[in-house]
Amino acid sequence: MILHTLFFYLFSAITIASGLMVIGSRNPVLSVLFLILAFFNAAALFVMLGAEFLAMLLVVVYVGAVAVLFLFVVMMLDVDFVELRQGFQQYLPVGGLIGVVLLAELLIVLSGWVFAPEAVKGVAAPIPDVAQVSNTAAIGQLLYTHYFFFFQAAGFVLLVAMIGAIVLTLRHKPNVKRQVIADQVARSQKVELHAVKPGQGV
Amino acid sequence: MELATLPVLSPFLPELILAVGSLVLLMIGVFQGERSTGLVTTLSIFVVLLAGLALLFMTPDGVTFSGAFVLDPFARFMKVLALAGSGFAILMSTDFARRENFDRFEYPVLIVIATLGMMIMISASDLISLYLGLELQSLALYVVAAINRDSVRSTEAGLKYFVLGALSSGMLLYGASLVYGFTGHTQFGEIARVLSSGDVSVGVVFGIVFVIAGIAFKVSAVPFHMWTPDVYEGAPTPVTAFFAAAPKAAAMAMLVRAMAGAFGPAVSEWQQVISFVAIASMLLGAFAAIGQRNIKRLMAYSSIGHMGYALVGLAAGSQAGVQGVILYMAIYVVMTLGVFAVILFMRRQGQMVEEIGDLAGLSRTHPLIAFIFAMLMFSLAGIPPLAGFFAKFYVFLAAIEAQLYMLSVIGVLSSVVGAYYYLRIVKLMYFDEPAGNFEPMAMSLRVVLGLSGAFVLLFIFFAGPIGSAASVAAKTFF
Repeated sequence: MILHTLFFYLFSAITIASGLMVIGSRNPVLSVLFLILAFFNAAALFVMLGAEFLAMLLVVVYVGAVAVLFLFVVMMLDVDFVELRQGFQQYLPVGGLIGVVLLAELLIVLSGWVFAPEAVKGVAAPIPDVAQVSNTAAIGQLLYTHYFFFFQAAGFVLLVAMIGAIVLTLRHKPNVKRQVIADQVARSQKVELHAVKPGQGV
Repeated sequence: MELATLPVLSPFLPELILAVGSLVLLMIGVFQGERSTGLVTTLSIFVVLLAGLALLFMTPDGVTFSGAFVLDPFARFMKVLALAGSGFAILMSTDFARRENFDRFEYPVLIVIATLGMMIMISASDLISLYLGLELQSLALYVVAAINRDSVRSTEAGLKYFVLGALSSGMLLYGASLVYGFTGHTQFGEIARVLSSGDVSVGVVFGIVFVIAGIAFKVSAVPFHMWTPDVYEGAPTPVTAFFAAAPKAAAMAMLVRAMAGAFGPAVSEWQQVISFVAIASMLLGAFAAIGQRNIKRLMAYSSIGHMGYALVGLAAGSQAGVQGVILYMAIYVVMTLGVFAVILFMRRQGQMVEEIGDLAGLSRTHPLIAFIFAMLMFSLAGIPPLAGFFAKFYVFLAAIEAQLYMLSVIGVLSSVVGAYYYLRIVKLMYFDEPAGNFEPMAMSLRVVLGLSGAFVLLFIFFAGPIGSAASVAAKTFF
């Protein structure tokens, strides 16, 4: 048990520290790498909760896809981050004030924190015993029955995202020659040879 | 292994029609290319109409999807409003599309999907379905705002809307997670039960405040209004017409259901927040619109003000108050569609014009349009016996019954200030030298303007039936 607690604090501490480094580091590439470290530690925390499927999902989706894509974007785009921070000093008083207010609110919430017994009892789907049903199966059973509507609605949200990306970026340029494989394949057998005299063309 | 029972789909029929319809329209568009725009636009109006008919005549009240979706009289009333707003917005875009070569079949498809999102928002009785409906609607709106991608202002509007919208979604989610953490439930009925059974903890109060902040962004209430003027001005005009009507009604319905439904027992906690937002919106809407020259920006500030008036009814926290909100939104949507029919008609030498000064002398060049537009302006200002007066009357009456005297007094005073800029437009149209002829008004715009004008002028005769329908709808929560 004490080992469990020890690991919990280890992973949480690294998560928070790397989270701070994400916003603190001057080099954006380093920021993304720290973000990946934060994801890995969050995944470890999930494993400790017994939610191994979510942990793997976090690693596969966020580290494997999102963060790598992010890294590409940061490396490809020539964004001058020093220039971006030019206005930083100017907005610091207002931003700082909002930050302090939010922090104070969070502290008030945390000081009033009672782990309501209702909250523990009312959990819609408690983590089932791993011996009986695996995590993945349990999520699947819930997602496709109880949360079927949410699953479908989320699918529609993704469809809109896809339509949006295509609408805003796809351009049909009139003078671009495209390869039409069907035409090439359907070309008749006879080979056409033209005797072209020099200087005249077909 | 047990098989799950299929959820009851009958209350969900209109949404199903919109969802399947939008997919079919998308397929038609994808296979036919840009030349199908006219067909897709016409069909999308039919899909919205069909969903409306199904909603009115074929759909029973009920709760489905394990309590995440509810159809009650309130949802039905607001859904009719959202469908009407969207349908007329598509209709008004047809003429613009033809003249400006705005031939993108995705536009009506995205509007139908946004309408689907609105319907889910209005019926959401669970924090998760609330968020999903909101995202479905918002994401479609972000794209639609930037759809004229060759115009810098349109893309800027889309980007600005997207960034600020994402921020507000974050706040909403943070609030929802606090509410879930402190009550243990995401379903509205269960949250209300937990809140009424004991003291409301500080955590829940913060959760409610963050949820209000997130939704206030969507209805463009102060202090979350900053995006509104820029987005209204930058987006193509038919898109602005759409933004100003249906999404506002849907977001307001969602706010009412969340406050009166889920957080009803904690009314004393959110009443102050809503009152503050209402006062700030009314004042900003009244004063900031005075200096505007662009009519789309003017309408943006006007809509901020009107959201403030509608929130006065919610702040009352009573059945009369909710009835006031419902009526206010219905009248607001009709008036806004009428005003935008005129804005879309403002076209000279093949160019859209947007300055208020361009309306000068409209009474001499187009007397009938000028008359209806003047009536709409009087109605927006809240002058009896037009519809806008009754809208304000009901919300202020509810606020006075709830003893929110301060709120009502500020509201009435700010509506007097707001009357200045509405009346200035009337003065421009009737007493200034004509600035030149506009191109003839398209049939679709005439229909919308005529219907809107008739509603505003004749509202006094059928205020009874509409009022009682709104009263039945408001009874859902009390």
